[in-house]
Amino acid sequence: MMTIVAHDTLVWFAKTFGLIYLVVLSVVVLCYAFWPSKQKEFDDASASILKKEDRPWQ
Amino acid sequence: MLSKLTKGEREGGLIILLAMTVIGLVIAIAGRGDPISAHGFLIMLFSMAVAVPVMRHLFDPEPSRDRLDSYYDDPSKVGVVLTFAWGAFAMFVGDWVAWLLVEPNLTFSGAWSSFGRLRPVHTTGVIFGFGGNGLIATSFYVMQRTCRARLPDQLSPWFVLIGYNLFCLLAVSGYMLGITQSKEYAEPEWYADLWLVVVWIVYFVLYLRTLSRRQEPHIYVANWYYMAFIVVVAMLHIVNNLAVPVSLFGAKSHSLFAGVQDALTEWWYGHNAVAFFLTSGFLGMMYYYLPVRAGRPIFSYRMSIISFWGITFMYMWVGSHHLHYTALPQWVQTLGMTFSLVLLVPSWGSAANALLTLNGAWHKVRDDATLRFMMVAAVFYGLTTFEGSFMAIRSVNSLSHYTDWTVGHVHAGALGWVAMITFGALYASIPWLWKRERMYSPALVELHFWLALAGTAVYVFAMWNSGIIQGLMWRTYTENGNLAYTFIDSLVAMKPYYIARAIGGLLFLLGALAGCLNLFLTIRLAPGEAEAERAGSGPAYGRPSAAALQAGE
Ligand code: HEM
Ligand code: HEM
Repeated sequence: MMTIVAHDTLVWFAKTFGLIYLVVLSVVVLCYAFWPSKQKEFDDASASILKKEDRPWQ
Repeated sequence: MLSKLTKGEREGGLIILLAMTVIGLVIAIAGRGDPISAHGFLIMLFSMAVAVPVMRHLFDPEPSRDRLDSYYDDPSKVGVVLTFAWGAFAMFVGDWVAWLLVEPNLTFSGAWSSFGRLRPVHTTGVIFGFGGNGLIATSFYVMQRTCRARLPDQLSPWFVLIGYNLFCLLAVSGYMLGITQSKEYAEPEWYADLWLVVVWIVYFVLYLRTLSRRQEPHIYVANWYYMAFIVVVAMLHIVNNLAVPVSLFGAKSHSLFAGVQDALTEWWYGHNAVAFFLTSGFLGMMYYYLPVRAGRPIFSYRMSIISFWGITFMYMWVGSHHLHYTALPQWVQTLGMTFSLVLLVPSWGSAANALLTLNGAWHKVRDDATLRFMMVAAVFYGLTTFEGSFMAIRSVNSLSHYTDWTVGHVHAGALGWVAMITFGALYASIPWLWKRERMYSPALVELHFWLALAGTAVYVFAMWNSGIIQGLMWRTYTENGNLAYTFIDSLVAMKPYYIARAIGGLLFLLGALAGCLNLFLTIRLAPGEAEAERAGSGPAYGRPSAAALQAGE
């Protein structure tokens, strides 16, 4: 059978795109997590599950 | 329970069940002479058994609109019961398998009870039966509370829960009949796999529909973990099970992959099953139940987000650490090893986050066995991931691979982390779901905790010992360069550890049975429904944390 994707192509792809993809995503995630204005949203979220009421809002 | 469904939902359910009965019958007849025929009958009988109560309630009046003022918890309740039932069954089989390794004659004469068939019954039963039902039941609970939205309809959650259990039944009964595609953790054949895809898509859509009804602007992080579990398991399941059936009404199929590609696909699946089935969903459980039970917000919400993305990205790449020293290209092995090491960071991020949340609530951990289950789970999660990253180093793996060390690692994760967090989450949910003040017997929860902890410790220490001894015996050479021990020598040396493991497993099983008893007593006898109702809308949070919550308000 003919090889559809050569091993070298795959290695090249992993070493270029794979690297960029991981670095970019890491940066995006860190920015999201540490964005100062997000602080309040996160605090609210972590407190939200401790509310006592047990009814849907509708 | 059934009269809470609307007329349309009851009719819809019945149509699905009747259609499945017919499909089952067709498979049973057309597949005559093939093992698939037995599964046709199973599908038919299962669908009929579910259809009977639906028919009995078919002409009940429409439920009142009041139902929309509360969460829809019936599927979670059934899911909790199923979790305990599968747990007891599959852990019993696990202990049987453990005794088989001590005394191979403990089988019945039929092929169904041979080691090779019972072992996957154990693994599928615990991972999919016990773990999966626990995840489905708690996810329904958590998604509604965190979104403050009721499930969008009452039929699809039942479809997910019942359909999923049909899949588990097909899987487990299939192994006993000799039906398997021989891929570890993906043993069920093509038709069961296809059925699971349908169930899973409904599950995914249900989750999205609930999220879209939420009032909170931000989606609480536990939902991210549950969603990752659902999305990635779908992806893994579909790719790894790509196969061509030999015939339309035959059980046998052939994988689309071959050779080393097949091996890598399988372990890409296998390790991500660990990551997204046995870890991600259970982290979702932890991020909800642990703070709520402790009455304290999670220590660092930011850390939970970073851990989430860390785990999600990095786990994808580590499957190749299961294939060190194989035909897999060296660089792929190194890639898996490197990512496994980096993975320790987000893993410990979550474990530390859980433990730091408890900082300041240690008195509750001391008094409340339910919270203690979750605390111990976080510790074992930290331990197992550390061990895993260590075992992924190629030279360490040359010692651990093929030995009981792997089995020890598996059960440190499975018993210490997966089962402990599940029991903790269930003991927290049960009183809230059935509107009881607490579990019927806190003493039984306490007993379960100590049996589980003792069982895990005995199991894991036995396997570490035997694994390392095994590994060393296999690589000890004499002066002349011959192997010093035969394989049989190492087998004989294992026997005391296998006995210890089987006893540890028995303790763990007894704990689970104590849990079953307590569940039964709580549903039947526990006081508190009336009180909880009178107290108004609040969930009966269980004594220790309820008191703390009020104090903090
Ligand atoms: C009563 C408790 C349990 C006992 C006695 C037990 C016993 C066993 C035994 C004897 C094996 C086979 C080991 C071998 O072939 O050498 C095994 C394998 C396995 N068990 Fe358990 N088990 C228990 C609970 C669990 C739980 C709760 C889980 C998961 C949540 C689990 C997951 C697994 C897995 C994934 C394997 C396959 C390991 C591998 O292939 O390396 N077990 N268990
Ligand atoms: C950072 C996290 C983890 C890493 C890097 C890791 C790494 C490893 C490694 C290197 C192996 C041995 C592969 C071999 O020699 O064949 C292994 C096996 C295994 N691990 Fe982990 N592990 C981690 C966490 C976990 C957790 C939390 C669980 C949960 C239960 C778990 C369950 C398993 C199972 C079931 C196997 C056996 C697979 C088999 O051969 O059947 N692991 N893991």
